[in-house]
Amino acid sequence: MIKTGNMKRYLMWFANENIEFRFPEIQSILSLLNIEMKFIQKPDVTEPYWIVQFNSEEDVQQVANRSVSLKLCLELWADSVTIEDLHSQLKQYPKQFYERYFSPDETFKIELETFCRHLTQEEKVRKIEEFHYLPVQGSVKLKDPHVCLQYIEYYGTDPNKPPLHPYCVFFGRWVSNGLRQLIRTFSLKSRKFIGNTSMDPQLALLMANQAKIAKGDIILDPFVGSGSLLVAAAQFGGYVLGTDIDYLMLHAKTRPSRKKQKVREKDESIKANMQQYKLSARYIDVLVNDFSISFWRENLKLDAIITDPPYGIREATERVGTEKKDFTVSEMHLMTHIPSKIAYGISSIYKDLLVFSSKHLKLGGRLVCWFPIFREDYREEGLPSHPCLKLIANSEQILSKLTSRRMLTFEKMEEPPENQQEIKFNGILDFREKYFEAREETRSEKRTREAKLRNQNKIEYLKRK
Amino acid sequence: MKLLTHNMLTSKCLKGVSVGYPLGINATEVTTSVVDFDPEFISRLIPKLEWHALKQASDIIGEKGYLPEALIADYENNEEFLKKVHHALLEIEVVSGNLVCPETGRSFPINNGIPNMLLNEDEV
Ligand SMILES: C[S@@+](CC[C@H](N)C(=O)[O-])C[C@H]1O[C@@H](n2cnc3c(N)ncnc32)[C@H](O)[C@@H]1O
Repeated sequence: MIKTGNMKRYLMWFANENIEFRFPEIQSILSLLNIEMKFIQKPDVTEPYWIVQFNSEEDVQQVANRSVSLKLCLELWADSVTIEDLHSQLKQYPKQFYERYFSPDETFKIELETFCRHLTQEEKVRKIEEFHYLPVQGSVKLKDPHVCLQYIEYYGTDPNKPPLHPYCVFFGRWVSNGLRQLIRTFSLKSRKFIGNTSMDPQLALLMANQAKIAKGDIILDPFVGSGSLLVAAAQFGGYVLGTDIDYLMLHAKTRPSRKKQKVREKDESIKANMQQYKLSARYIDVLVNDFSISFWRENLKLDAIITDPPYGIREATERVGTEKKDFTVSEMHLMTHIPSKIAYGISSIYKDLLVFSSKHLKLGGRLVCWFPIFREDYREEGLPSHPCLKLIANSEQILSKLTSRRMLTFEKMEEPPENQQEIKFNGILDFREKYFEAREETRSEKRTREAKLRNQNKIEYLKRK
Repeated sequence: MKLLTHNMLTSKCLKGVSVGYPLGINATEVTTSVVDFDPEFISRLIPKLEWHALKQASDIIGEKGYLPEALIADYENNEEFLKKVHHALLEIEVVSGNLVCPETGRSFPINNGIPNMLLNEDEV
């Protein structure tokens, strides 16, 4: 429970995207850092802010220093649905709470932030001047003042038709920003080596938070591709490993993923990305390896596994194998032989991934992975599951009208039996059958529609003749 | 490939192999680089290592006798020792060569520092 000592309220303001990922992210961070937070107002999922309590301001700062969904955090002094009421609340705000920030040697500034409505500079100045009654004694400093006071006007989340008056207004002392700037730092646009399925940096960072990665952890991505998840894992202090079946991918010899780029640069690699971001100290290795054939030592324990397995849409889902009987590669061809591959179905991939994770995660360690969904078919029982892994979070990212993917977070609760053959698995939804069916349908629909149109044109043409 | 990775790999998945550990290393190119030293990470890592495998690999790839036969007691407080382990695990890298299964002799090429552990379809 929150100690009664710190009665201060904090306003946490979130970016208005990936809304479903917000709550699980903060929960993971709280659990990782062992910090308590209490809601004062039950959060409304449609609103981008929470009003909460913490044991100390340091706790607030620590959480903000890890959160990607959080924009900023204020020590909340007043909040209301009308501007007049906000001012009257502020005028009554107990002196002992703000006094020390208003002393003569504290420089300060007041900032106005509006959400979903643009104000002119004049309007802003006028609104800020209304706070003239605050008994501040320090001098104004616009750049890096000691104290930054923030006034927020919230006009909802639809920028197209903001109301005339704000829905709510807030006033408080700025405490910390979240990690939104990292999204820019890790932008795929400026990253040295990317692939066709490189993960959006924001989602990669969210995954690393779900995985509760701490300094000195060992992290594996078994379907590593261009390593975008490893970047996020290393940023939070993880030492990273990856494997991928695609030799050309790991050696950056595939066709370039950027439209403008004709050939890949010579020195593109996952390692080069780590160097670009000054994270190379935490890069261990990547290996060319088929996930269905493990080369890891039996007793290897990992702190977390984060991965985006192949869905078979933009990349193949394959493993090494052959359907031919008694196939052998002759001695002569052995050196240059590229093994043939067979289909690796979604349910086998996820079953292997859960079995592997239950074996190689430390107790309490987490697996964070994406799972593709044909939306119409979705039911929780169709998600991959394992008796030793508990599903902690499940957030949907919608990809199209028909499809989405879900970021699943599992935590290892107990050691699995020696022989996992005995574990019974439920049926895992395979979205591909439906996905391709639906696509086929639209394709044939398109053909019919085009044929019809041609026909009509022909008739009209004949009529005109 | 770093020796930390080598320490975690086995060829037990090959047909007829019972232990497959440690893998042999034939190196044709080795580099060393400077990697930030994190004593806490190394202390946490040591109990998870197979010491004899690391020692053996370090003798072959690095300088013979650089690491002691056995793990020393009280290593957490021995910065000099931790630095040595750090160097062996993270700073030495096999850029090209082979990893070799100790039982079947099957070798896995390493190039550009990346081991290729793909099997042929007749091996799975
Ligand atoms: C969705 S992509 C991962 C993309 C990655 N997150 C990135 O940042 O580029 C899936 C990857 O799995 C790899 N893959 C497919 N089948 C595999 C297998 N049997 N074993 C290991 N990797 C495999 C593909 O080569 C592909 O790079």
